[in-house]
Amino acid sequence: MAASVAGAAGTSAVTRPASVSARGWGWRHAGRTAPAVQGLDLDIRPGERVLLLGASGAGKSTLLHALAGVLGDDDDGADEAGTLLIDGTPPRGQRGRAGLMQQDPETQVVLSRLGDDVAFGAENLAVPRDEIWRRVGEALDDVGLGGLALDHPTSALSGGQKQRLALAGILAMRPGLVLLDEPTANLDPAGVLEVRDAVGRSLDKTGATMIVVEHRVAVWKDLVDRIVVLQPGLSSSGAQQPAVLLEGRPGEVLDQAGRMLAAAGVWVPGLVPATRPRANSGSGELRLAAERLAVSREPARRRGRGRAPVQSGIDAGVSAGRALTVTGPNGAGKSTFALTLAGLLAPADGKVGAAVGLAAGAGTDPFKWKAKQLIARIGTVFQEPEHQFVTGTVLDELMVGPRHLGRGAEAVDELLARLRLDHLTEANPYTLSGGEKRRLSVATVLAARPKVLVLDEPTFGQDARTWAELASFLTELLDAGTAVVSVTHDEEFTAVLGGSELRLRSARLEAGAA
Amino acid sequence: MREALTIGGNSAPLTRANPLAKFAAVVFITAVLAVSIDWVSAGTALAAEFALFGLAGLTLRLLWQRGWPLIIAAAVGGWSTAILSADSGRMLVDAGIWSISEGSLELGLGFMLRGLAIALPAILLMSCTDPTDLADALAQKARLPHRFVLGTLAAMRLVGLMAEEWQTIGMARRARGIGSHGTPLQRLRATLGQSFGLLVQAVRRASRLAVTMEARGFGGAERTWARESTFARIDIWVVLGGALIAAAALAAAVTAGTWNPVLS
Repeated sequence: MAASVAGAAGTSAVTRPASVSARGWGWRHAGRTAPAVQGLDLDIRPGERVLLLGASGAGKSTLLHALAGVLGDDDDGADEAGTLLIDGTPPRGQRGRAGLMQQDPETQVVLSRLGDDVAFGAENLAVPRDEIWRRVGEALDDVGLGGLALDHPTSALSGGQKQRLALAGILAMRPGLVLLDEPTANLDPAGVLEVRDAVGRSLDKTGATMIVVEHRVAVWKDLVDRIVVLQPGLSSSGAQQPAVLLEGRPGEVLDQAGRMLAAAGVWVPGLVPATRPRANSGSGELRLAAERLAVSREPARRRGRGRAPVQSGIDAGVSAGRALTVTGPNGAGKSTFALTLAGLLAPADGKVGAAVGLAAGAGTDPFKWKAKQLIARIGTVFQEPEHQFVTGTVLDELMVGPRHLGRGAEAVDELLARLRLDHLTEANPYTLSGGEKRRLSVATVLAARPKVLVLDEPTFGQDARTWAELASFLTELLDAGTAVVSVTHDEEFTAVLGGSELRLRSARLEAGAA
Repeated sequence: MREALTIGGNSAPLTRANPLAKFAAVVFITAVLAVSIDWVSAGTALAAEFALFGLAGLTLRLLWQRGWPLIIAAAVGGWSTAILSADSGRMLVDAGIWSISEGSLELGLGFMLRGLAIALPAILLMSCTDPTDLADALAQKARLPHRFVLGTLAAMRLVGLMAEEWQTIGMARRARGIGSHGTPLQRLRATLGQSFGLLVQAVRRASRLAVTMEARGFGGAERTWARESTFARIDIWVVLGGALIAAAALAAAVTAGTWNPVLS
């Protein structure tokens, strides 16, 4: 990379790209019996950019955390084997040599003002004050946030902006190694591109080495030099296997093993996972309707204090066997609308009305239904599965709905098998993988057999396999007459479900209220 | 909730003072008022505080929004003191065990004014002090350990998030069929369950935030400060002002003969 010194003229610290070397490296987290990574041999040259792929459980995040020096010590009860080195020395003693970005934008922000947050890492590395502010300005320009004031509140940034801010904070430390752990999994398509382009620009400028973990290959393949695919150190039959399944140039790896990777859940460009097509178009019988609906997250008692509803005047109908997709930019009130439609938020104005067939004697306003009445009629799957977990095992979690409704376990067994959770019945829901959590959260809601299903960003951060299972399963429900409302940015998902689209426009009228 | 934790676009003179100076002024006033329950010292301090209102960029509306729990607590405290304390002097109202006499009314009034006079400087301080500046001053000037100060500051940012999370978890649980209706016992159980859910999320968020901070080099022995916490001339005035209000309150009460130290 000849670009390693470009643009750094006039600054005292020029980025020196880092090399990474692993020899027989392994790590077992404290309190676990199986190692997260075992027998890893890997060399990454200074300035190289690597996309790290692999099924969940292959130890990708563990490797990034180890390189960032945040894995804890052996005396926590964890076990380390072999060696893992940055520039020939262990990562833990080299604060600031590597910078790490994680998935959840909310926890990538440390301080409440933009400039302070970028400065935080440089302060910790004891960089002199004048130099810190020079780096802050430069880093903010590099990630495209240079137009904002230094005291801009970080809470007012979008998800994509927060991730770019995190990148700026990392760049201000002048690390030789940039580590990105699913940096765009929680972002809408516009946010994904913002972050990807900011990463590309800053790497072109600094020449730093980069390792990114991400399911969506299309986003990163043109930006990386090499793809490395990891696999768990022990196969499903218990045999030892090398940690690196295959590696090579992006084009070669995808040509050679694209289908195999897709089958393992990786989003391979050009391969949309096969899904079950719809078999009918639904009866179209109206179940739920929104009339001139205005929505707001403010509790009813605090409304009318000058803050306008995030969205108003929405008319929409939800019909049996038909899908309704709610789309629009971030902040347009899509989730707020879905939650209001689902009887979880009170309408700010207008109304949500349940048809006689859906209400079945419970009144027409879903918000006034008792929780027990609600779940048998409208089921809502939240964006974050953990928000909906209320018990200690997968089986209990699935039994909550039927038990409240005084029903038996028939639906539960079927759902367990259908969503591949039957081997996990005694597991704690919080310990499941991302895909398993998503499947469980859908299953728990469906266990109450609702006639209307509302899903908030059901495919965010999901690997291709879970995605395909979910989409296929929903087409079955639709064919069987369930009405499905989904808030999503995912065009492929929308195409599979069919039905109609409700597009909400940006509602940034509440100036200053963010 | 989030707005309440920031000073927003406040550009009032007191926002420029060093947080430690403001804190010292508040301590002076609170110390005098804590010693005596009488309406003259409390009233004097309160009058002075109201006069300085604008300097902190505070309006009555903002005061009510930020301090209503304290204001109501002061009023309720004063009222109950008036009706329940031992009677002395002329009887004003007598309804069995509930009676208000001149003596108990004076005590109640003193109690309420004192509550307000103690609460107001704290609200004033919070509304013209950015938490980040306070942390800078505590770490650089008061020499508190920076790991503790910055850790607390970062955690405070999560408090606002937690308020939103509480609402979301409440809705998510209703969507699972667990409502906050029914008998008091059922409601208590629902609230406990929701609190547990919030706690889990808080711990998760906090540990991810800790990783973020550690990955940015936090926790080393040496550290520089991008923002220097400094004292300026205004800080002398702030400390003097606090001392002056405290002294005026004391002098007024002693002159009026109402000085009534609780510890004698």
